[in-house]
Amino acid sequence: MLRAQADIAFARPAPNFCIMSPLPPLLSRWFAAKGWELQPHQQTMLASADRPSTLLIAPTGGGKTLAGFLPSLCELGENPPAGLHTLYISPLKALTADIRRNLRRPIEGAGLAIRVEDRTSDTAATARKRQRVDPPHILLTTPESLALLLSYEDSSKIFAGLQRVIVDEIHALAESKRGDQLSLLLTRLQSLAPSLRRVGLSATVEDPPALARFLGCNTQILNADPGPDPDISMLETPQAPPWAGAGGRYAIPEILNLIKAHRTTLIFHNTRAQAELFFHALWLSNIDTLPIGIHHGSLSREQRERVEAAMVAGELRAVVCTGSLDLGIDWGDVDLVVQVGAPKNVKRLVQRIGRANHRYNTPSKAFIVPANRFEVIECKAALDAVKAHNLDGEPRGAGPLDVLCQHILIHACAGAFDAVALYEQVITAGPYRHLLWDDFLKALDFVANGGYALRAYDRWQRLKQTNGLWHLRDPRSAALIRQNLGTIVDTEMLKVRFRSRGQALGEIEESFASSLTPGDTFLFAGQIVRYEGLNEMTVEVSRSTATDPKVAVYGGSKFSTSTLLADRILQILQQASWPDLPQHTADWLRLQAEVSRLPNRDTLLLESFPHDGREHLCIYGFAGRNAQQTLGLLVTKQMENQGLNPLGFVATDYATLIWGLSPVTDHAPLFAAKTLREGLENWLQSNALMKRTFRAVALVAGLTERSNQGRRKTGRQATFSSDILYDTLRRYDPEHLLLQVTRDEAMRGLIDFSRIEEMLTRVQGRIELRRLPRVTPLAAPLFLEPGKIPIQGQAREKLADSAAEALMKAAGLE
Amino acid sequence: MHFGLTLGSENLHALPSGALYWPAQKLLVVSDLHLGKSHRLARRAGQLLPPYESRATLQKLDADIAALRPATVVCLGDSFDDLESADSLDSADSLLLAQAMAGREWIWVEGNHDPGPLDLGGTHRAELKISGLSLRHIANPSERYEISGHFHPKARLAGQAKPCFLVDDQRLIMPAYGAYTGGLWTESPALTSLMQPRALAILTGTKARAIPMPR
Repeated sequence: MLRAQADIAFARPAPNFCIMSPLPPLLSRWFAAKGWELQPHQQTMLASADRPSTLLIAPTGGGKTLAGFLPSLCELGENPPAGLHTLYISPLKALTADIRRNLRRPIEGAGLAIRVEDRTSDTAATARKRQRVDPPHILLTTPESLALLLSYEDSSKIFAGLQRVIVDEIHALAESKRGDQLSLLLTRLQSLAPSLRRVGLSATVEDPPALARFLGCNTQILNADPGPDPDISMLETPQAPPWAGAGGRYAIPEILNLIKAHRTTLIFHNTRAQAELFFHALWLSNIDTLPIGIHHGSLSREQRERVEAAMVAGELRAVVCTGSLDLGIDWGDVDLVVQVGAPKNVKRLVQRIGRANHRYNTPSKAFIVPANRFEVIECKAALDAVKAHNLDGEPRGAGPLDVLCQHILIHACAGAFDAVALYEQVITAGPYRHLLWDDFLKALDFVANGGYALRAYDRWQRLKQTNGLWHLRDPRSAALIRQNLGTIVDTEMLKVRFRSRGQALGEIEESFASSLTPGDTFLFAGQIVRYEGLNEMTVEVSRSTATDPKVAVYGGSKFSTSTLLADRILQILQQASWPDLPQHTADWLRLQAEVSRLPNRDTLLLESFPHDGREHLCIYGFAGRNAQQTLGLLVTKQMENQGLNPLGFVATDYATLIWGLSPVTDHAPLFAAKTLREGLENWLQSNALMKRTFRAVALVAGLTERSNQGRRKTGRQATFSSDILYDTLRRYDPEHLLLQVTRDEAMRGLIDFSRIEEMLTRVQGRIELRRLPRVTPLAAPLFLEPGKIPIQGQAREKLADSAAEALMKAAGLE
Repeated sequence: MHFGLTLGSENLHALPSGALYWPAQKLLVVSDLHLGKSHRLARRAGQLLPPYESRATLQKLDADIAALRPATVVCLGDSFDDLESADSLDSADSLLLAQAMAGREWIWVEGNHDPGPLDLGGTHRAELKISGLSLRHIANPSERYEISGHFHPKARLAGQAKPCFLVDDQRLIMPAYGAYTGGLWTESPALTSLMQPRALAILTGTKARAIPMPR
């Protein structure tokens, strides 16, 4: 049985059939024939169909999607008039296709004349064109496709009669720029169709009122019966988890036993690289040759579809996967979820557990596998949080201006607009409700003429004002703007193919491809391949039997441990003893308490010790990986200034370990908030992380264009690196709007200075530096962490010198 | 720090900035400045890039000229992104260019973006020959001892992409000197078919570094 069918269909057979009256008779009759009755929350949805905005929180498997569509089916009735009535928006393309298939059952079963179509980037151009002239009653789409649809001049006609909009998995959208954009698009829909009513659907919500505000003002919140708590525990293995590492491979024998004991198991990993490594190792131990697949976002669509189809057909016993299977469709009959590695975030864990056994009123079953000794504590903290229904989620800041810039462009493509009217519309969107008129004007100025201090484009403005209304100077530019809509920014990816057969395997990041030399081997799509060369922007590979492959790196997929989990971990560390933890972990913590002490919430613990001829400083900030990394960059810079000769550092979610030639004896000058902030202002601005953030901001705001494969093939590269634009702006126009947006975003994202500030506020200057004779138990695992960062500066130059020398030598060209 | 090389019987210096210096002739060659590119993009496509690239390129050129004091400067084509861009330089940029041109011979070789004379002083040539070396914008595959531009070659070293010179014993292809110029990987057929198997790529950056041309 397909889970998604259960979701759209109707959970329970009715002992005594009774149904509320507003259902069209044909539909009631069909329900009766099937022996189904509506659940309480589905009835409530019907009863509150006229409310302007409703957020339904219901567990997966609770008939949530049907609850969302029921009012539409009733309003459309048996003889629906032509025209678009309901718009359904989902974060996943695949979900729209699935919902279409599943909606067809009640509609066709009951013989209703309701037309349902989906519209995504996969929809054929002819179908998309026809939909604009003759829209279906129910249109299923994504935020990006909706943005495109709203950029057409005829959008006012298409949406004039729109009655309802349903936003599915709204929590997943609300935490990214896609959600910010969607909130703006909803305001535009509302202005085109004033009687529009909104519905949001979600299973995992940490802060319902915030999500309700995101959906719209006056949103009522409906809570369905959450169902039983999941059956989740930490996987016990005879072998203790290793001291460091992220793979969880030590647990493979037990995981294989679990796979054998269940019908279908999903094995979640936090990164694609870990999934590849684990799958490879699992396959080597799989002597029973159980059918096991791999699924992640970098695999080609065909590869993923093959795995999905095999799961639906019940042909796979397990799938090793990543976030690509977090949401939406349930493929096949999953009865167990295994999470390998600490989940970093409780909400994601709950979401993943929810993938298992989705029958209403049956608990989901899951195991969590710590990848290393420290993660045992983190997993325990996560389990406690799940039991306490304590979900995390970093509150999202105000709607960013780059998304607003794109929204203004969308508006301009659709027709001329009045600035004040648009502003008044924009501030009805939840994320933009506090937007100042001045900031709106800055965004408009950027869109119109670039917003540069040097007013260079007065003749070539993108937007012009005529009779008080703003419009495109050149209407032909709309086509280019449409090509660049959306807020999803992919890293530069290169296709990977077998050289011999030309079969596509998927994509890897350009930066990883550039680090390969012919002959290098790496793990990809579950097999070891040998890099042969780059041909026309395609990475060509052949099969290999090498035993020690490299691992493809995928940026942006590293999560930081959430503040909530970090706090819970600190609470566990403060316990007097640890009866709930495995013996090996409790012993380790006890030893740390004897030798030094355990970190706590109120004090920042620093340990300084010599090891292997080097001096070390360990900073237990518990601020998450990104912030600990930034802390490493800032503190080593200070150390360099003071002549302490730092050589390198490594950061994890809970600590940063720095090594160098001289011991740190006075911590005060290194950790003053003012010093750290100055370091950030003065030199971190030129950091690669800032450039990466800028690249995304520039694309979303419409400064640069998406590189498209077609144009690349013409040979002459029309695009150049956005890093150059960043450097140019920093040098000639440091106060430019997009640099401000970039700084704000990096401070919360990749640089995550906000969590350093949070940590400094938490400890209020209470910093304790302990000088110790040797490595402490808590610091020891850090020595095994991968991803050590050498101090920048001369190091990189030397690296390039020796690389050039080696290449010349190898070619006999000295 | 420059990289010294020989073409024909002439010694040349590939500079980290992307310029080429010919000490015997006191001559500096730069190629593909693409001045006014942001204006052209704004005119043509409505894309409003930071309008500072002409400034950045001219300041870099000024620095090279101040350091080497060449008697002659050859701009090897595509100096302007199109002929109209030559008019788009603002007064500050025009002043920078005038200062650079003052007191030396200045030769504009025409390129595919700027075919035809510019209203800017200096000499205009389709191509030129100096002491056995030919200088033109687009390489002529049958020519020997030739310096050309046009292709904007780039290559990677230690994970970083940089514009680069390409050189073998027949020809030298210049990197693009302009701030907003994309590049063509040395692996592309247009470049591998022009250069001999033992060609070198000399990467620009903090220092000019030679590697075997990646192909």
